[in-house]
Amino acid sequence: MLRIECPWCGVRDEIEFRYRGDAGAPRPAGDAPAAEFIAHVYERSNPRDWHAEWWLHVAGCRRLLRVERHTLTHAIRSVVDATDAREEPG
Amino acid sequence: MNSAAIPSRPPATRERRSTGRYSWLRLLREGLGGQLGWSPAWHKSAPRPHYRVVIVGGGGHGLATAYYLAREFGIRDVAVVERGPIGLGNVGRNTTIVRSNYFRPENIRFYDYSLRLWERLEHELNFNAMVSQRGTLNLFHTEAQRDLFTRRANQMQLLGADAEPLDREALRELVPLVDLDNGRFPVLGGFLQRRGGTVRHDAVAWGYARAASALGVDIIEHCEVTGIRRNDGRVSAVETTRGTIAADTICLAVAGHSSQLAAMADLRLPIETHVLQAFVTEAIKPVLDVVLTYGAGHFYVSQSDRGGLVYGGGIDGYNSYAQRGTLPMAEEVAAAALTVMPALARLKVVRQWGGVMDMSMDGSPIISATPVRGLVLNGGWCYGGFKAIPAGGMTTAHLIATGTPHPLAAHLSLERFATGRTIDERGLGPFPYAH
Repeated sequence: MLRIECPWCGVRDEIEFRYRGDAGAPRPAGDAPAAEFIAHVYERSNPRDWHAEWWLHVAGCRRLLRVERHTLTHAIRSVVDATDAREEPG
Repeated sequence: MNSAAIPSRPPATRERRSTGRYSWLRLLREGLGGQLGWSPAWHKSAPRPHYRVVIVGGGGHGLATAYYLAREFGIRDVAVVERGPIGLGNVGRNTTIVRSNYFRPENIRFYDYSLRLWERLEHELNFNAMVSQRGTLNLFHTEAQRDLFTRRANQMQLLGADAEPLDREALRELVPLVDLDNGRFPVLGGFLQRRGGTVRHDAVAWGYARAASALGVDIIEHCEVTGIRRNDGRVSAVETTRGTIAADTICLAVAGHSSQLAAMADLRLPIETHVLQAFVTEAIKPVLDVVLTYGAGHFYVSQSDRGGLVYGGGIDGYNSYAQRGTLPMAEEVAAAALTVMPALARLKVVRQWGGVMDMSMDGSPIISATPVRGLVLNGGWCYGGFKAIPAGGMTTAHLIATGTPHPLAAHLSLERFATGRTIDERGLGPFPYAH
C-alpha cells in the first residue's frame, strides 16, 4: 500500500487516488511535427528508477498531483500539486 | 537401495547433446537399471565469441524462438542468454492459461494458431507439458455483455476457433460452486472454449530448452546482458557478464524489462512495466475442471493438478519493477473470487507473488524489427504472453530468418503506433495502466 502525502489532505492511502500515468513527457508545441506527437502519445522511458507520474486524488481533494516515486522500491520523494509542477521542464 | 549404491551422473559434454527419446519403455528400462542412463535435459553452454543469432532472455518466447529457428529454418548457430537460470522468469510465474477467445480477427488468428501449436507440442518436443484442454469458461452477467460475447463467439467461429454458449442449467452442472443468483451480478450464462485450458509452465521452458539444445542451440545461463554494441546503425555484439558475444542479429525476448534492454540501443518503446499478481490456495479435492473467468470484475481461476486453486486479476495499476504485489489489488481480486464462488472463503491462500509485465500502449504484443538494424523485438506481452509462446516463437523465428514478418504477426509491428493501426482489443486508448 502506497502512502501518498497530498499537499492538501495530508498522508492518505493509495486507494484514494487514481493513477494517471507518466508525467515526464511534456506535450509538444502545437506546431511541432507529427513525430513529436507520436513520441509524446506512445513512447515512454519506463525507468527502473525515479519516475514522475500523475495521481488524481479522486476520493479526497480531487486535485491532480505530480508524484516522484521509485519504480523498484515504491519510495516517494516528492508530491506537488499539478499547478505548481506546470513550470518544471520535463 | 542404500545411498552408497547411487552412482554419479555421467558428465554432459558438448558432443552428447541429445538426451535420447523419452518414453514409457525408457522409463521402465531406467527404473530397472538404476536410473543410470539419464542426462541433463539441456546442455549448459559457455558463450562462444560469435553467433549468427543471439536471443536475450531464456523464457518461453526466447527458448521457443531458438527452437523454431533451429527446427523450422535450419539456423542452429544460435545462443540464448539468460540472466538467471532457465524457467525462473515470467514463464514460471504465470497462471498457465491457454486460449484464443479474442475479439479482433488478427488476434483470433494469431492466438488460435498458438493453440494449434500447443495441441501438437508434446509430441513434437517429446516432453510432457501437461497440456490440459479442460475448457475456458467466460461468464456474463448482463444482456449487453451477452451481446458482446455472442458477437465475439461468432467472430471466433467464422475464423475457425471454437466457442459455444452455455445457459444457466449447463453452468449449474459444469461449475456448481458458482453463485449464479448473486444479488448484484447474477450470472445469465457463459461462453465455453473447449480447446482452451492450461499447460504446465515449467515444462514448457524445460521442453523447449531441451529440444533447442538437442538441435545445437547454446543455452547460456547466468549471463546478464549489460550493453548492446552497434556499428554504423547495426547491432554487432552484446556485452554480458560473461564477456562480449558478437552477433549478426540480436533478439530481445525479455518481456517485463524490454524498455531496459532497448534503452541499451537508445530506443524508447511504447511500453510501461507493471506488476501483476497471482495467488494459490491450499490444495483441495477437485472442485473446478475448467478455467473460469468472471465477467463483472477481473478474476480468473483454475485448479492445478496438485489441487490448489490458481487465481489472479488485473495489474496493480502503476509503473513498477518490484516483483511483488501490493495489498489493495490482492483484496480486490479476493473480493471478486468470493462474489463468483462464495465457497472459496473457506480456503487459505498459501502463496502469492508478483511478476513484471511489458504493458504496451494498445494492450497487444510487439513482434517487430526495430529502427536499429539487426535488432528484433519480441515483447509487450501485457499479461497474455504465456498462451502465445508457440506462436510468438514461431513468428519471431520467421522474422529473424527471413527478414519479413510472419503473415500472422505482421500486424504486431512497432510501426503500428505511428500509423494509427493499433490493436486495441478493449478500445481503451494509449493508457497501459488501463489495459
